[in-house]
Amino acid sequence: MRIYVPADAAARALGADAVADAITAEAEARGLEVTLVRNGTRGMIWLEPLVEVETDAGRTAFGPVAASDVPGLFASNFGDDALALGPVEAIPYFARQTRLTFARCGLTDPLSLADYEAHGGLAGLRRALGMSQAEIVTEVTQSGLRGRGGAGFPTGIKWDTVRKAEADRKYIVCNADEGDSGTFADRMLMEGDPFCLIEGMAIAGLGTGAEKGFVYLRSEYPDAIRVMTAAVDIARRAGLLGTDVLGSGRAFDMEIRVGAGAYVCGEETSLLNSLEGKRGTVRAKPPLPALEGAFGRPTVVNNVISLATVPVIFEKGADYYRDFGLGRSRGTIPLQIAGNVRHGGLFETAFGLPLGEIVDDIGGGTRSGRPVKAVQVGGPLGAYFGPNQFDTPFGYEEFDGQGGLIGHAGLVVFDDTADLGAMARFAMEFCAVESCGKCTPCRIGAVRGVETIDRIRQGDAAAIPLLEDLCETMKDGSLCALGGFTPYPVLSALRLAPQDFTPAREAAE
Amino acid sequence: MSDASADLTEIDRIIDGHRTLEGPMLPILHAIQHAFGHIPEAAIARIAHALNLGRAEVHGVVSFYHDFRETPAGTHTLRICRAEACQAQGGAALEAAAQRRLATGWHGTGTCGVTLEPVYCLGLCACGPAVELDGQLHGRVDADRLETLLKEAGA
Ligand SMILES: Cc1cc2nc3c(=O)[nH]c(=O)nc-3n(C[C@H](O)[C@H](O)[C@H](O)COP(=O)(O)O)c2cc1C
Ligand code: SF4
Ligand code: FES
Repeated sequence: MRIYVPADAAARALGADAVADAITAEAEARGLEVTLVRNGTRGMIWLEPLVEVETDAGRTAFGPVAASDVPGLFASNFGDDALALGPVEAIPYFARQTRLTFARCGLTDPLSLADYEAHGGLAGLRRALGMSQAEIVTEVTQSGLRGRGGAGFPTGIKWDTVRKAEADRKYIVCNADEGDSGTFADRMLMEGDPFCLIEGMAIAGLGTGAEKGFVYLRSEYPDAIRVMTAAVDIARRAGLLGTDVLGSGRAFDMEIRVGAGAYVCGEETSLLNSLEGKRGTVRAKPPLPALEGAFGRPTVVNNVISLATVPVIFEKGADYYRDFGLGRSRGTIPLQIAGNVRHGGLFETAFGLPLGEIVDDIGGGTRSGRPVKAVQVGGPLGAYFGPNQFDTPFGYEEFDGQGGLIGHAGLVVFDDTADLGAMARFAMEFCAVESCGKCTPCRIGAVRGVETIDRIRQGDAAAIPLLEDLCETMKDGSLCALGGFTPYPVLSALRLAPQDFTPAREAAE
Repeated sequence: MSDASADLTEIDRIIDGHRTLEGPMLPILHAIQHAFGHIPEAAIARIAHALNLGRAEVHGVVSFYHDFRETPAGTHTLRICRAEACQAQGGAALEAAAQRRLATGWHGTGTCGVTLEPVYCLGLCACGPAVELDGQLHGRVDADRLETLLKEAGA
């Protein structure tokens, strides 16, 4: 019997290790031969730990399973148990998705290269090995892929700049700093399908002439660090990385580098400083990292999801990928539905779903059962959206048009008990804590922002215009989006819930 | 060999082991912190010397990053996620309960030697509030669950 128990950090945080141990113990006690696979998560986090059993009819799921449920599961022979969910891929939340980037996540054994290849892995790289650099970059451009790290810059154009740059060395740097609250797609991918990221980076190397890659991975992700490190090691031993990638005579190798708990190091130039061993302050642009990046060399900096989407583009073709989506947002996006929500998890789908459908229909509304008050989209620098904006389709331009951003596609749901005044204050506080210190509007402005919000909440309504002015100054005078976009959550909260910025709120509590 | 000189030997060994990397500073600091639980003052000069930098420069790097401690933490370290998705799920109440239980504020070391640190997202945003206790992650933690976890850890 083959049983799957995810080793994903979220599953483990909900008790998956104890479940795995209980399964091994119970199988032994019953004298059953069980092969236990620690897969990635399918992304249905509210069902974790989600146990899958291989049957003649495919993989059937049970969840959420506690260690104490395990004897019962064996007793029913993994049949008609109260926790039975049926075939895992028929669970509506899963069945409705378009899994391209996450096709293998949760399906395969993350560190089995054989399993990876058996499910489409390396097909993209093999195809790329038969193409010229220009052809590789054109394929990416034609797919319509845009950066999934936040700024939405066309990936092919970035690669082309690096390809055309003359230098003795070039680098591929994967941004795995994933600091945005409400996001975990990078983590899930690295823990559940690490070879996919490695393959994407190798293709980026072939396309641009870079022979060295770095994954800058945040220290808050110990599981991802462990899995990626092991995967790089396996890939090197299998000849997928090294001086002779898959016997092609072309070289590409990579290293995992661990961040040190600074949110701003997700900003690409700050990340490069950090990688070089300096303080993570933001660099002025130009020069673009594509021309003068890591160690002064032309460098591709791309988000994990941008790079991990490259293999499927090469496997299925640019046109296949580009045919999904809406407007200038092509392909699929792994939505991360988080916060106070019933069906929290990752949902990969073509761009274009209205926000309300994502929150109410797919997310199932709030976990508390109370009405939704607001959804913060795109991390700590993203705006709060109210239910009156629920018809906004999920796309780069569409969210921009509503005074927001999609960022790394995290959605944090709040119910009607949330205090958006406190959240606005938190946004300023976070900016003050994480500011790299380079520009005054951000470093000092964020501290003033906290004080001003406190004044407003103590009843000084005259301070509201001060807050608005301060936000204008931060928007106009900040070098990067940490200072420049913190006004988004602050002003949108003020617009959406002015009552949360009055002292009456305290009386009501 | 005295403790201090044994420490220096260990520091030099760590530095040597990472020297040939491109951008060795962060890997060295992580390894030193892993070995000593913090970045000892003595390490700053050794790193500065090895990497041909000023001490102030190395110190500037250490102080920039939240992860690097200049003094040892307590026997246990509890990190509580303060970011938005956890706040949406009752994070503020958990923070308050933890501060009461441990009788300390952020960055302090309280009851039973538990150091309390804020963290901004552990990637468990769909199953918050999230905490990390002595390196282990836990999701959907409320005050009762936290109490159990602390007891299990002997705190
Ligand atoms: C404060 C700040 C934090 C950021 N954090 C991240 C991050 O954690 N991950 C990421 O991929 N991009 C992050 N970005 C965006 C990067 O600067 C950059 O646009 C991105 O890595 C480029 O890759 P992409 O084109 O594949 O999105 C951040 C930007 C800012 C201003
Ligand atoms: S806006 Fe803030 S974080 Fe960004 S460069 Fe300026 S000071 Fe640094
Ligand atoms: S916001 Fe707390 S784990 Fe992400």
